[in-house]
Amino acid sequence: MKMIKNAAGRLVPEVVNGKKQIPYKGVGKYKPSGKKHGPPIRSCADYPEDGNKVVKNLREALKKAGLKNGMTISTHHHLRNGDALTNLLFDTIKSMGIKNIRWFPSASFPVHEHLINYLEDGTIHHIEGSMNGPLGRYASEGKMKGLGVLRSHGGRWQAIQDGEVHIDIAVIAAPTADPFGNATGDRGPTACGLLGFALADSIYADNVIVATDNLVPFPCTPWQIQGNNVDYVVEVDSLGDPGKIVSGTTQVTKSPDRLLIAEYIAQFFEDAGIMKDGFSFQAGAGGINLAFAVYLRERMKEKGVKARFIRGGSTKYLVEMLEEGLTDYILDGQTFDLEGVRSMRENPNHINTSPFTSYNYHGKGNFASLVDAAVLGATEVDINFNANVVTHSDGYLLHGIGGWQNALFGKTTILAIPSFRDRIPVIVDEVTTLVGPGELIDVIVTERGIAINPRRKDLIKATKGSTLPIRPIEDIYEEVNSICGGKPAKPKLNKKKVIAVIKWVDGTIIDSVYQVRK
Amino acid sequence: MVKTIKANAGKQGKSNRSDCYIELTIHKSGGLKIDLKSKVESMYGGSIRKLLKDMCRFYKIKNAEIYVEDYGALPGTLMARFELAIERTKPELQKEYLPEFNKNNLYKTKKNRFRRSRLYLPGNTPKLFPNAGLHKPDGIILDLEDSVSPSEKDAAQLLVRNTLRTIDFYGAERMVRINQLPKGLDDLKFIVPHNVHVILIPKCESADDVLKVEEKVRVLKKESNVKNEIYFMPIIESAKGIINAYEIASASKNNCALAIGLEDYTADIGTQRTNEGKESFFARSMIVNAAKAAGIQPIDTVFSDVNDMEGLRESVLEAKSLGFEGKGCIHPRQIKVVHEAFAPTKEEIEKARKIVDAFNEAKKKGLGVVSIGSKMIDAPVVKRAENVLKLVNKNL
Repeated sequence: MKMIKNAAGRLVPEVVNGKKQIPYKGVGKYKPSGKKHGPPIRSCADYPEDGNKVVKNLREALKKAGLKNGMTISTHHHLRNGDALTNLLFDTIKSMGIKNIRWFPSASFPVHEHLINYLEDGTIHHIEGSMNGPLGRYASEGKMKGLGVLRSHGGRWQAIQDGEVHIDIAVIAAPTADPFGNATGDRGPTACGLLGFALADSIYADNVIVATDNLVPFPCTPWQIQGNNVDYVVEVDSLGDPGKIVSGTTQVTKSPDRLLIAEYIAQFFEDAGIMKDGFSFQAGAGGINLAFAVYLRERMKEKGVKARFIRGGSTKYLVEMLEEGLTDYILDGQTFDLEGVRSMRENPNHINTSPFTSYNYHGKGNFASLVDAAVLGATEVDINFNANVVTHSDGYLLHGIGGWQNALFGKTTILAIPSFRDRIPVIVDEVTTLVGPGELIDVIVTERGIAINPRRKDLIKATKGSTLPIRPIEDIYEEVNSICGGKPAKPKLNKKKVIAVIKWVDGTIIDSVYQVRK
Repeated sequence: MVKTIKANAGKQGKSNRSDCYIELTIHKSGGLKIDLKSKVESMYGGSIRKLLKDMCRFYKIKNAEIYVEDYGALPGTLMARFELAIERTKPELQKEYLPEFNKNNLYKTKKNRFRRSRLYLPGNTPKLFPNAGLHKPDGIILDLEDSVSPSEKDAAQLLVRNTLRTIDFYGAERMVRINQLPKGLDDLKFIVPHNVHVILIPKCESADDVLKVEEKVRVLKKESNVKNEIYFMPIIESAKGIINAYEIASASKNNCALAIGLEDYTADIGTQRTNEGKESFFARSMIVNAAKAAGIQPIDTVFSDVNDMEGLRESVLEAKSLGFEGKGCIHPRQIKVVHEAFAPTKEEIEKARKIVDAFNEAKKKGLGVVSIGSKMIDAPVVKRAENVLKLVNKNL
């Protein structure tokens, strides 16, 4: 495999799965030209006049869609770890004797461990999409035939839109749909919130199948997926386990150390002047992030400050802020609990967004860069503020990118991380895998102190005199090494074998993931 | 037949984060065999093996099988666990394998420093140690007593010793609660040489208990050439102890505080703890009076519902109104609430400022008597006012 050094100094393959690649050139440096990808033109003459696109079952739909060996099939992760459809889909594909599918999920979850069987028997050739848990472990051990390609949510839209990934058949799990194919995720027995991750596929794929366990008479309204883009509708018994799709209630962490980090971030928002009338922020559903939102809310109430918008993943904590009038809007990317789903369904100011509006880098702007501050996580951060979210320090690929890379474009990016986990340092000299360049990462908040990127002189100045424990990142790095018993050894990797590549938001390759030596 | 000796140490099971389990089998021949399963193999596998080998050399173990399940134990913990396994195979062994002393832990304490919050940490649960000081308690207590099961007392002694040496306390006062006497006297050699600041003496019933600890500490200090002061905080937990409160409080010049433990006390007088606390009013007032009479700090019991922060706040305000100056914490989240509740009120601060100003004014004028208006002010009143102002600064 021929490797080239990219602008971040990382070696990346020139060709991936037979396709020539562009190495990462720097933030905002690569600007492609040309036209977006266009799906084939269709005629109403070929679709039922009564609008009833329901076919017998998934097998029938796949057959009608012309399923062949080597095709690209896409699925989406809005059902999270409760997803039963994707496993059923590949059981069906296997039973049809089809081989060498490129699976293009928006993300995978531990429930998809079942699909390792199909990677083994050749039904699936390789995965292009975030690999969580068991699938990542499988790939890390060098067992997958092709190379994994990891993209951010925005990068996935970009790849589809730019024609980098051509989807033959998109299979969209729809908690509620009508026979015409209009679909929504905000209601039904397996309600998950929104279907934004499937939107690009519905627009650009050659064939679109909507699978639902809650078929309602036309019109399913308001729709999130337009039936005019849909070829076939399939009824299934159940899309999955509602308890694992959304949690009843998301829980704030109980760990005192993580709560301390959350408190520091909330205070940072206030001390750095980020928390002011009309501001905006993004916080995910991780334990620290939820707690941060709770602490920030207290400070906003105390100071009488109101936000213009909050970017979800929404949870009941953000919903409460919306209902208390602490923010005008929630611009939601995914919904993590039942309260979030309810609010999205009932509250016109709880807006459903997509990777197009929020994250796509090859568009005329996106929402992520409008956010005043984003609070994110990481598996590793290095002393140059570069960060990793996909591999662990032992080299294993265990997480997807999600919207993480895209959210880095917010005005201030804050990573909330413990400085070490058990005996695993999180602040390191050099990240195992580069996923986000340090120039976009402004603040690291750990239980042992807060490090501000020296590039952000404005933040350093604004927080002068703050009671927060602000210290150089090298200082925290040294302390963590001394607690853990010296600098950790580097993972044992087979540098001759790349098992996956990490795409930057513009489709270039920012880093490679290597096989782990057992 | 080859004779083998076998022992184990530590805790088994993934839930024991930051701990490890070690089985040691000593043989007559065959050299050293290490079987390590570690969560941090790729990062620290090499350094763990090296540590085990170094320790075998130190203890002159040449032939042994060492089986380790490691869940991310820090070096001080690994050392304590392996030393314990070795000690359990050779109980006659008196040699200590000491980790390097963390130079951040060399600071001293003062008899009259604030002791508003003291955070209890079970002495045999290593995952709680590294971050405790980050929550800024006035003191951290490594507990060898009630939170450690009888069969693991030896494990906790080594772990607490290594923790005193290696883990940064971030400026918190370094406290250890020893076991009830006479067992507690055996604990002292594991803590006295390692810059312990305050020794908590549980279930104290007479001045004699304090004197025994004082004497043993004196001997150990001399043996290991310890120069810094070590203070005592007797904890009274029985009816008899309450009756002897003043005798206990004044038993040693190194007593810095007198605390009460209500769980055992209420059991001893045959009643239950209630939220109103009528049943312990007498005992708590005795503690306050005895401590004040002896010139040391009266310290209240712990508040055990970690989810009830409002209840905690009320309980601290009530303790403060009785005259207590500190409260025990069993969870880091309680610390901030305790500090806030002990913080002086606006009125208290204003009054204290007036008194201190008047005192300074009088001093400047060379007056022997301080007064505000027509009211004379005694030296203890000035001292209390100064303390109030110090506390204000502490809460900033």
